[in-house]
Amino acid sequence: MAQVIKKATRESFGMALCELAKTNKDIIVFDADLAAATKTNIFKKEFPERFFDCGIAEGNMIGVAAGLAASGKIPVAASFAMFATGRAFEQIRNSVAYPHLNVKIAGSHAGISTGEDGATHQCIEDIGIMRTIPGMVVLNPADHYEMMAATKAAVEYNGPVYIRLGRLAIDSFNDPDNYTFELGKGITLHEGNDVAVIATGLVVNEALKAVKELEAEGINARLINIHTIKPIDREIIVKAAKETGRIITVEEHNVIGGLGDAVCEVTSEECPVKVTKIGVKDRFGYSGPALELLDKFELTQPHIAKAIRNIVKEG
Amino acid sequence: MDSSEIRQLQILAAKSRMGAILGTFHAKSGHPGGSLSAADIFTYLYFKEMNVDPKNPDWQDRDRFVLSKGHCCPSLYATLALKGYFDWNELTVLRHVGAMLQGHPDMKGTPGIDMSTGSLGQGISAACGMALAAKLDNKNYRTYAVLGDGEVEEGQVWEAAMFAAHNKLDNLVVIVDQNGLQIDGTVEDVAGIEPLDKKFESFGFEVFKIDGHDFNQIADALNKAKTVKGKPTAILAKTVKGKGVSFMENQVGWHGTAPNEEQYKQATAEIQAEIDRLEGNC
Repeated sequence: MAQVIKKATRESFGMALCELAKTNKDIIVFDADLAAATKTNIFKKEFPERFFDCGIAEGNMIGVAAGLAASGKIPVAASFAMFATGRAFEQIRNSVAYPHLNVKIAGSHAGISTGEDGATHQCIEDIGIMRTIPGMVVLNPADHYEMMAATKAAVEYNGPVYIRLGRLAIDSFNDPDNYTFELGKGITLHEGNDVAVIATGLVVNEALKAVKELEAEGINARLINIHTIKPIDREIIVKAAKETGRIITVEEHNVIGGLGDAVCEVTSEECPVKVTKIGVKDRFGYSGPALELLDKFELTQPHIAKAIRNIVKEG
Repeated sequence: MDSSEIRQLQILAAKSRMGAILGTFHAKSGHPGGSLSAADIFTYLYFKEMNVDPKNPDWQDRDRFVLSKGHCCPSLYATLALKGYFDWNELTVLRHVGAMLQGHPDMKGTPGIDMSTGSLGQGISAACGMALAAKLDNKNYRTYAVLGDGEVEEGQVWEAAMFAAHNKLDNLVVIVDQNGLQIDGTVEDVAGIEPLDKKFESFGFEVFKIDGHDFNQIADALNKAKTVKGKPTAILAKTVKGKGVSFMENQVGWHGTAPNEEQYKQATAEIQAEIDRLEGNC
């Protein structure tokens, strides 16, 4: 059994950057006065000469990163998901994605699990915003081990990547000895043909626990972890649709524009089945401890299990 | 520079203006006004100032140029064609479907374009990134960015200005093409930016104010910029929007309107007369 590591993916990201920078001299990290929060400060401590704080000016940070990438560097620009993808959307779209420059954009404190800071800081639109940009890769790793591997893959990939980081410390569930990250490939975490649960990010572990709970009740749900929202793994989704006939998506993001819609785009074209989207139901969050909010927004194991149970009972 | 050298630059600038008129006429769209005001600056940069090689546009040690006011690319394209980056005839299909020359600069598709621009305020940040990359690699190449005076209304310009000064980017030169006009009227009427010199100074720049159509003054400012240490340079170049075409000069309406056939004939005749005059005097 793999060692369970309880860690926020933002921290895993900072650790991974630091590790990668030891051998890759082209990695340059930018932050917008949030290094202590996005955890780029781990990198800053180790490589101060390759770290630049741009101050509270996200648009310029993205533009500077674009200029670095145009000069052969691998810039990583970090901020909160809200400001990286919201405030600096157009800089990402026009200065980074249009020329397909090799910039990695990290959005931390994504989703409602940002907690006490409340709605202004709880970004539930970033996946939707980023995946509409042509050529943008969108990653949403689910635990420590996956974030370490995803950060490496993002740096090794030549082109723009958005990577979503969480604030809340969560248990790992992947086994690093038997884990491989392949950009654009979903991972089946649990076999089953009664229904397919497709989850992403911080709530994958909740979905995994829910699926295991239901197994004891005789409900065999398939669980697929989609760490790459774009390009999405069409094959694994179509196969799940064909073999189970029923899909439930789970994400800590608005049900509009996120994983649920990305899955529907595939199934509606290739194998129409009923899809139920579990996520933030097109509303803003509010202040509170992260775990309480996840429960209020029905994104925890009992809620996910209940939703699956009801759907399977419906037939 | 001696007078014959200046005359050669004036001829190249007139040809750049000819290209801008040719391009926007065939495109039936585009931005002649600001293209004409910046033509002398582009000409000086590409023919006197910058260390570039049109045969090797991606040469890693080349000086970089970012047209932050991307819409003024027609005369930049003409200057690049004159320099030998691509064929002059590309201008006749500017903005056409499938053509190389896009409505705004596209670094992926056009040799000599170092940064894709068009959304105002963004190019200067990319230029900062290029200048920073040179510093990180201990390379001597310099980065030049041309901005519009309307463009400096964008907040991102000042974010970038603070970044450039904070990081002591003395290998960065920002040139503001101060033609005084923007789409909705004069810059001072729309959203006044003055005193621009004091603004850049207080943001940590060395500032030079010049006549942007006087090659001696352009040369002087750019040469002085090379001696500035520890801070970036801003050159505020006073220009005439529509310069070189009598009916376009200082006219707001020629910001983003293409000449019709009659106007095209008159404009090209005026520019050709100027070229003939300059060449006759050589």
